[in-house]
Amino acid sequence: MPAGTPVISAKNVWKLFGPSPERYLKSMPAGHSFDDIRADGYIAGVKDASIQVDRGEMLVIMGLSGSGKSTLVRCFSRLHDITGGTIEVDGQDIKSLSERDLIELRRNKMGMVFQSFGLLPHRTVLDNVAFPLEMRGQDRHDRRERALDVIKLVGLEGREEYFPRELSGGQQQRVGIARSLAIEPDIWFLDEPFSALDPLIRREMQDEFLRLQEMLGKTIVFITHDFDEALRLADRIAIMRNGMVEQCDTPDQIVMNPATEYVAKFTEEIDKARVVHARGLATPVNGHALEGAPIDGGSTIHELARVLVNDTRILLPVANDKGVVTGVLDRDVALNMLLGTD
Amino acid sequence: MATLSTEVPDASAKPSGQLRVLTTLLAAAAALILAKAFGVLPEWLNRIPEWAIPPTAQVLDVIFDFVQNDLGLIYVTRFIAEGPLEFLLDTSANLLEGKRRWPFLGPIPWSAIAAVAAVVGYAVGGWRLAALGAGTFIWTALIGQWKIAMQTMSVIVVAAPLAFLLGLTLGVAAWKYGWFERMLKPVLSVLQTLPFFTYLLPAVIFFKVGPTAGAVATITFAIPPMILMTTLGLKKVSPEVIEAGQMSGCTRWQMLRHVYLPAARTEILVGVNQVIMLCLAMVVLTAFIGMPGLGAKLLAMMGSFKLGRSFEIGVTIVLLAVTLDRMSKAWVVKQPVHFDRGTPWWKRHQMPLIALALFAGFTLLAQLFPILAEIGRKQHLSQGKEIDVVIKSVLALDAIKGTTEWLRWFLNVKVLIPFRNTLLAIPTPAFILLVVAFAYWVGGRKPGIYAAVFFTIVAFSGWWDRSVITLYTVISAVALATLIGIPLGVIAARSEHWSKSILLACDTAQTFPSFIYLIPAIMLFGVNDVAVVFSILIFAAVPLIRYTIIGLSTVPPEMTEAADMSGSTRRQKLMSVQFPLALPTMAVGFNQAIMFAFFMVIIAAFIGTQDLGQELQRTLAGTELGKNFVLGMNVSLMALTFDMAISSWTQKRKRALGLD
Repeated sequence: MPAGTPVISAKNVWKLFGPSPERYLKSMPAGHSFDDIRADGYIAGVKDASIQVDRGEMLVIMGLSGSGKSTLVRCFSRLHDITGGTIEVDGQDIKSLSERDLIELRRNKMGMVFQSFGLLPHRTVLDNVAFPLEMRGQDRHDRRERALDVIKLVGLEGREEYFPRELSGGQQQRVGIARSLAIEPDIWFLDEPFSALDPLIRREMQDEFLRLQEMLGKTIVFITHDFDEALRLADRIAIMRNGMVEQCDTPDQIVMNPATEYVAKFTEEIDKARVVHARGLATPVNGHALEGAPIDGGSTIHELARVLVNDTRILLPVANDKGVVTGVLDRDVALNMLLGTD
Repeated sequence: MATLSTEVPDASAKPSGQLRVLTTLLAAAAALILAKAFGVLPEWLNRIPEWAIPPTAQVLDVIFDFVQNDLGLIYVTRFIAEGPLEFLLDTSANLLEGKRRWPFLGPIPWSAIAAVAAVVGYAVGGWRLAALGAGTFIWTALIGQWKIAMQTMSVIVVAAPLAFLLGLTLGVAAWKYGWFERMLKPVLSVLQTLPFFTYLLPAVIFFKVGPTAGAVATITFAIPPMILMTTLGLKKVSPEVIEAGQMSGCTRWQMLRHVYLPAARTEILVGVNQVIMLCLAMVVLTAFIGMPGLGAKLLAMMGSFKLGRSFEIGVTIVLLAVTLDRMSKAWVVKQPVHFDRGTPWWKRHQMPLIALALFAGFTLLAQLFPILAEIGRKQHLSQGKEIDVVIKSVLALDAIKGTTEWLRWFLNVKVLIPFRNTLLAIPTPAFILLVVAFAYWVGGRKPGIYAAVFFTIVAFSGWWDRSVITLYTVISAVALATLIGIPLGVIAARSEHWSKSILLACDTAQTFPSFIYLIPAIMLFGVNDVAVVFSILIFAAVPLIRYTIIGLSTVPPEMTEAADMSGSTRRQKLMSVQFPLALPTMAVGFNQAIMFAFFMVIIAAFIGTQDLGQELQRTLAGTELGKNFVLGMNVSLMALTFDMAISSWTQKRKRALGLD
């Protein structure tokens, strides 16, 4: 696999629901809107979406319910067959896979976590986690060892013999996470994994999730309808509406330069200083004479508040995590953002 | 239905087109009736003349004969009957009742079976079920009915698992292939309304007399609900569980085996419960084709009016039914419990081990103390004669005798006979028009058309008068059951305590094999029409009471609270809030009551009726498969007409009220 090839590459993907979607899509005039399509008796789950997921990246797909985000992710794993366009996973067109190859792909490369957990009620935690391993025919001893490892990883040690109904929601989702990690997938799909949990637990699970991701470094597609959650977790965010991708960019860019009015509405209420990083607000050095200690480009403007207020320099050098100066931050611009007066 | 519907004026007034159709239908019927009253109706409009009736039975006989002999189906069925099925039945008969067949081990001592029943009861539902399980078998042994009870059980233990497996397989197929489900659905609804006599004769002809025919009829009878529950359960599996299975890389077979079937566990086990209960109900009825067992004994005892022994056998059947029902239901709700890691093997398998130990222990003990193996003729505690005397003297008390005799006279002379004569006097076309009008009014166009087709078929079957008498019995019994059941349900629904205990009683009563309901009827009224109506009445009242309570108590509390806060009296609340909302549910009960009545009216042939059931019972003696089939279809078609009309009404109503 040459470096830089995206793990998932979706081009002009369509997913229509209705009596004979493929024929309809072929005959449909270009530029038909979501409502036009609905008037014809079809629902556009995904409408001409193109998106790439890079290796090791966390892409968060954000949208309200019915926006097509879950449908899109199910197209990535071919839980839904797409109506039009192409989806390549590791350079392979998944639409052309035979049933057997598809099963192999899921058994070895993909893991998925579900909103309401999707645990098998008649199996213990251990058996649920070992389920994908059992399906691919791993022997009993091996899969037990592996399952116990993952259960430990998600912090459910000692509950191996419990049944799902004996666990709290947060614990059940840990089982779901453990199950999806059991086969050591390359690609990890999470479909609103924390939406069914109450806010305190949700926060805790997000922290836990960030910890896991730091350790495992998977390629992740994460779905949420919660913009704060998206901002907190994402490397990049794709915002969807009516089956279309409205904007796909880094959180900094989405907050600072919303591409459409719809995206702008989401960002209105957000305290930008908490989202935007110094590196995102920095401009190229361009021969400016910089002096003094650089600030960390990976910190948010809000985290730098004290420095920004106390410092007397007009321009602050911004360094990346290796200490190399990569840009320059105008202190006034940053203070304006901090005070919400930009 | 008529009385019920007027209480709730339809919010959406019936469109005038519908009204016109109704008036036309009724006017035509009235014209025919009047014409007859004035003696101007030509005879061919009163009854279908003999020459116009197609020889359906004969044609069917020829077809059956062709399939049976020329196509050689009989060799296949006889092979199954004499091969694997008979082998299984012989094995179970040897183990349970000691029939001299392979493996020559039985009979298993009754004490060992009672002990195992206790452990199973404890495992699924604690001490109470343990006591029930042990108690049932101890009673059966002590009362001296062990052998006949085991004859019955030996068929059930073979029929129920086979019905389960077949039902499960067909259910999975129906869920998997839409065309198969579409094909199966009408067959199932006919099967569920077909009178049991129609199951019996083909079984006898194709599978030879005796336990094999009984088992085949029982299996056929018990399969439909298993198919329906399996399909229902599989359809209800949550999409995320399915997707989780797919993402785990399951093959199709793995999906079915590890994801779908376990996730549909609850519905499948409910199906198992129904299979067991239907098997018991049917096995008892196979007495009519000479199957030995509890049913045959009960039939014989009732036939010779030995009320004491009938009563004792009735108790045994009821105990068996309740035990089987409670245990299988407890199994449905039983959730697996985890053991902590490191629990030793014997502790994980505690229950089976105890059962095994007790079984072995009692089997050994029985070698030393024969009384634990078998209770002999002179040793049992049956009080048949004494109970007989008691029952008969109680019934002879002036007060009771006066009441039953007055009731019998009143119902017979003032209600039943006039009603029957009226129905019989209506010309056939007018009768059909009236039924169509009813179905159309209640259910709409489709049920109306079906009613027309179905009843026309019945009219041309050549058994019109007997069909009308069947219908008359059903209508009278259901009407009386409604008069009694609905007020009872309403009163019970007033208090939570009463609702609960009456619901429990109804649930229990519904598990009794229908045969049981004949016992009190015969006791009270002897052998006549009133006993028939009475036995149907109590059988049909059960679902009516049950669904009235359920309907009333599931009215959303915010609605009754809203009524309270609007200052309505209890009566106003009942009439304008609770009844309208409970009506769709109550209609389900009404529908069930009618179906039960159609079922029971055939069994009541035993008492001596003049309806289709009587003719059906007669066919059992011979080989008139065609006639048997025609009679059975008549019953089925009439029952389906009502079923469709009322179900359609219920659905429309529920949708209108937003209760779906």
